[in-house]
Amino acid sequence: MLVSWKWLKELVELDKSPDEIAQLLTMSGIEVESIKSLKRGIEGISVALVQVVKKHPQADRLQVCQVVTGGDRVVTVVSGATNLEVGQKVPLAQVGAVLANGMKIEKTDFRGIESEGMLCSVEELGLDADKFSSEERDGIYILPVEFEVGQDIVSLLGLDDFILELGLTPNRADCLGMVNVAREVAALTGGNLKLPVVDDVEQNGECADMTSIEIQEPSLCKRYVAKVIKDVKVAPSPFWLRHRLMSVGVRPINNIVDVTNYVMFEMGQPLHAFDYDLLAENRIVVRRGTSGEELVTLDGQKRSLNPDMLIIADAKKSVAIAGVMGGLETEVTQKTKTILLEAAFFNGPSVRRTSQALGLRSEASQRFEKEVDLEKVSQAAHRAVQLMAQIGAGTPITGNVDCFPNPEKRESIVLRLSRINQILGTDLTPIIVEDILELLQIKVVNKEANTWTVATPSHRRDLLGEIDLIEEVARLYGYDKIPTTLPQGATTQGKRTWEQKVRSEAASLLSMQGLYQVITFSFINPRHFDWLMLPEEHPLRDAVAVSNPLSEEQGVMRTTVLPGLLEVVRKNSNKRNKDLAIYELGKVYFKEGFLDKTTLPKEKYILTAAAAGFSEKNWAYPAIEYNYYYLKGVLEQLLSRLGIRLDEVAFLACKDMQFLHPGRSAKIMIRDQEAGWIGEIHPLVLENYEIEQKTTIFTLDLELLTKEANERIAYQSIPRYPAVTRDLAVIVPENTEVVDVTKLIQEKGQPWLKQISLFDQYKGKQIEKGFKSLAFSLSWQAEDRTLTDEEVNLLHKEILVVLALKVGAKLRV
Amino acid sequence: MREKLEMLKKRAQEELTGCSSLEVLNDFRVKYMGKKGELTQILRGMGQLSSEERPIIGQLANEIRDSLEASLSKVLQNVKIKEIEQRLSHESIDVTMPGVAPNLGRRHPLELVLNRIEEIFVGMGYTIEEGPEIELDYYNFEALNIPKDHPARDMQDSFYITKDVLLRTQTSPVQARTMEKMRPNLPIKIIVPGKVYRRDDDATHSPMFHQVEGLVIDENIRFSDLKGTLLSFAQQMFGSERNIRLRPSFFPFTEPSAEVDVSCGVCGGAGCRTCKHTGWLEILGSGIVHPRVLEMGGYDPEKVSGFAFGMGVERITMLKYDLDDMRLLFENDIRFLHQF
Ligand SMILES: [Zn+2]
Repeated sequence: MLVSWKWLKELVELDKSPDEIAQLLTMSGIEVESIKSLKRGIEGISVALVQVVKKHPQADRLQVCQVVTGGDRVVTVVSGATNLEVGQKVPLAQVGAVLANGMKIEKTDFRGIESEGMLCSVEELGLDADKFSSEERDGIYILPVEFEVGQDIVSLLGLDDFILELGLTPNRADCLGMVNVAREVAALTGGNLKLPVVDDVEQNGECADMTSIEIQEPSLCKRYVAKVIKDVKVAPSPFWLRHRLMSVGVRPINNIVDVTNYVMFEMGQPLHAFDYDLLAENRIVVRRGTSGEELVTLDGQKRSLNPDMLIIADAKKSVAIAGVMGGLETEVTQKTKTILLEAAFFNGPSVRRTSQALGLRSEASQRFEKEVDLEKVSQAAHRAVQLMAQIGAGTPITGNVDCFPNPEKRESIVLRLSRINQILGTDLTPIIVEDILELLQIKVVNKEANTWTVATPSHRRDLLGEIDLIEEVARLYGYDKIPTTLPQGATTQGKRTWEQKVRSEAASLLSMQGLYQVITFSFINPRHFDWLMLPEEHPLRDAVAVSNPLSEEQGVMRTTVLPGLLEVVRKNSNKRNKDLAIYELGKVYFKEGFLDKTTLPKEKYILTAAAAGFSEKNWAYPAIEYNYYYLKGVLEQLLSRLGIRLDEVAFLACKDMQFLHPGRSAKIMIRDQEAGWIGEIHPLVLENYEIEQKTTIFTLDLELLTKEANERIAYQSIPRYPAVTRDLAVIVPENTEVVDVTKLIQEKGQPWLKQISLFDQYKGKQIEKGFKSLAFSLSWQAEDRTLTDEEVNLLHKEILVVLALKVGAKLRV
Repeated sequence: MREKLEMLKKRAQEELTGCSSLEVLNDFRVKYMGKKGELTQILRGMGQLSSEERPIIGQLANEIRDSLEASLSKVLQNVKIKEIEQRLSHESIDVTMPGVAPNLGRRHPLELVLNRIEEIFVGMGYTIEEGPEIELDYYNFEALNIPKDHPARDMQDSFYITKDVLLRTQTSPVQARTMEKMRPNLPIKIIVPGKVYRRDDDATHSPMFHQVEGLVIDENIRFSDLKGTLLSFAQQMFGSERNIRLRPSFFPFTEPSAEVDVSCGVCGGAGCRTCKHTGWLEILGSGIVHPRVLEMGGYDPEKVSGFAFGMGVERITMLKYDLDDMRLLFENDIRFLHQF
């Protein structure tokens, strides 16, 4: 809502600046988003009378004018305009004046004739050119003849004004009318209201003989008021009205339409004028649209109507879409002699649905959607008629037709002082509360022991219960004056759940190991499932679709974080960020059992990490390749730090993950439960994502991780006797899995083998083809003594025998 | 014998002064004092001396040995220091070369801020609740006093799955869910962090973003308690010198409702570009829980009351780190993430 400061000042006494009022409004819940001055820097431009217009002797396209300005001074001006005539009043910028574009006027010689100033167009005056007709735009702006010569243009054009832009919350639609903004300001400042006086409305009268109203849908149209104006002379509106409308961003059309717009801004009640003679049987029927029915609206578009829309019709056809837009056929034109003026109350949700369905939103529909002041509908119509008569647009027919099938009785509200103070934490006195009620024009009907029964003013349709009034009291009293306290109840123990702790810990552990946390969108393009080469029927395709996504890119809820991470890898590689180790901790969503209102889709947290490229180079150590083993190491460290024993974690080679390298992927098992997978992305998938680097990913089910993670650390005593560390290098067939060899060594090494680690793996020249060499470092230790070399030698021999037997191993010499 | 010893002493002392390395000194020790050293040899030959001479020569020999030992250790010390000095002079490094540290990753800035918010409220006795992101229209709107066709639905254009199921547009549905779960127990003191979704996409809006909702329900919870709680939060989050102000606003599920601003940290409230010359930055919405929401949640609004608040994590993150485009937070450019 745009509020003209000058207009506001006509409605309420103000002794404060626009900034001060803006501050007051903002702090009382009517946010003033901006304040703009309409005077775009123009200076020294005044009214002048055109006395002489002659062609320039040397230039066909120029006119030489003599204009009279203040103090009967005659000024010669050369102009290129073609719309100048003797006797016109025009805006004159004399030498020294400044135009809206910042240009300063100087004496200028036009082929031998000196111009002592410039006559201005609307644009040069800083007016919004879009709001004018093309003839007005192109020439000098011709002013009303009644303007006095020499007067400064700024106040005459209403440019000495400020426009306050209100950001209204949905409950304060009343402030879509200037009179209610004025009421609000009066409540805040105590200033006197000077609202327009509307004559008493005479019921029926002559008007009732000329038309009738039939409301077929009283639930969608609570009230419909019609007035008739005859002897209509459609013409441009007076200057003040045009400029008033322009100041709040409305384009003037003609005197009839301009008045309806003016009253809409003034009272918040949209109005519509029909050409009375074009209404079949000159009457109005408010009904639902019928399917197949069509209406050409004012914007020239043919609209299909349907029974969900409320329609204004005459005896035969639809003539408007209620509250949204009028029909072209019954529009007021130059030929119009008599108009029927509509003021109505339409059901807000109905107008909202219709305007959304048609994609038509207007100042009017916006007001109807939030519902107008039901009790002032007739007054608004009357106000408009009064204004039309005042500006000579037509002659009102006496009386009106007011169809108001079920006048609403507003409930009174009980307001308790104790409740106010209890909710707010204040200690307000009855007098403070009563003062506030009075400022808001809320009438006390009854008072008993600090409990009031009150009646709210009709324009405040948002005040329905006690809590609404408590808010009003708090608002007017000032939130800043309410004390600052903390809740008094019993103290509570704040905490995170175990699951929340595990999630947070897992993220920290990954970041500590050098991975960056990323956050990608929960919705993905369903085509990712193809890019991941998932077969039809694959469980990851069981995605929940968004019915109204912004684009196909965000068409379904992700069932895997893979696409998100792969895109992060691609985008970063494109930007030459080559060393990438990232993870995301977030939800995936599965349709699984999602049918109706009772079951929602399954949501679960997963942890997914991806790595590609190399760690950053440094001068001391070689860069680490971010490959399978790197990420597996990160993963093992993570699991171990979460309290999961690595000897209970297994990696089972698998070939059935379509998006992974079949020779470089594994299922992650924790105590024989599938916890996720790890693997290098299949080269064809990488190609689909235009990723050039090898990329490895793992994903972990956080539900299982939460179940298996363990905070308990059982201390084990540090052995008193030193360990004996010995290497063991064996040659085994190439396809032997290290995990099997390790297990055999561990079994045989009981109970003295404390640690085993693989420190070398070798395939190549020095080894027979089809075999590989594995070198382990074994650490031996007994609780009660230092083991002797002989004992350890014997153990190694026994291990070799077992390895030879079970996996065909030989000692490497 | 005595002469022999005196000669030896003199010769040894002279020789010692010429020793300049640990190696030579070691040879020296072997030569004179070793098992087969000259002095040892002489001492061994003492058996042939008469019993009168023996103690005298013996004492002399011991004196010579002690004096040689003392001189030797003195020279040894000097030589050692010289040798270390020499070694150190070869071992100097370029102390300006960069250090070598393991690569540390980073938490996402939104997570850092989320964690901080959680910590603050956990410290004030709140527990952390969560709820589904794919939510029933009922919990997202109706249970929060936003019936179908309510104009407030205009404020949030939603992503729908079906007619009755949508991506939650706010974390507030967890308010309703928690009340249903907890009733009739008191107090409820929760925060709800999580992802929410709205159909908006530009420099200041992302279709997916994060909110933290707060809800306190107990006997006698007052608007003043809301003020105090939010002041404490703002000061812990942004600094103890910060202040807050509450402006009346509208949310369907709270009344009275308030927008909460924190004083601008850039200008200290004097007005600058960051705060659009108001001295204040909007950080969250809040209010007293609407009696109808309490009723729908199974509590009697005459007996209990509560407050609720909700904040946009992106907004707070942008304020905290001075970001100008929300989309940066979801682009996941490593060069961006590296800065947190
Ligand atoms: Zn500032």
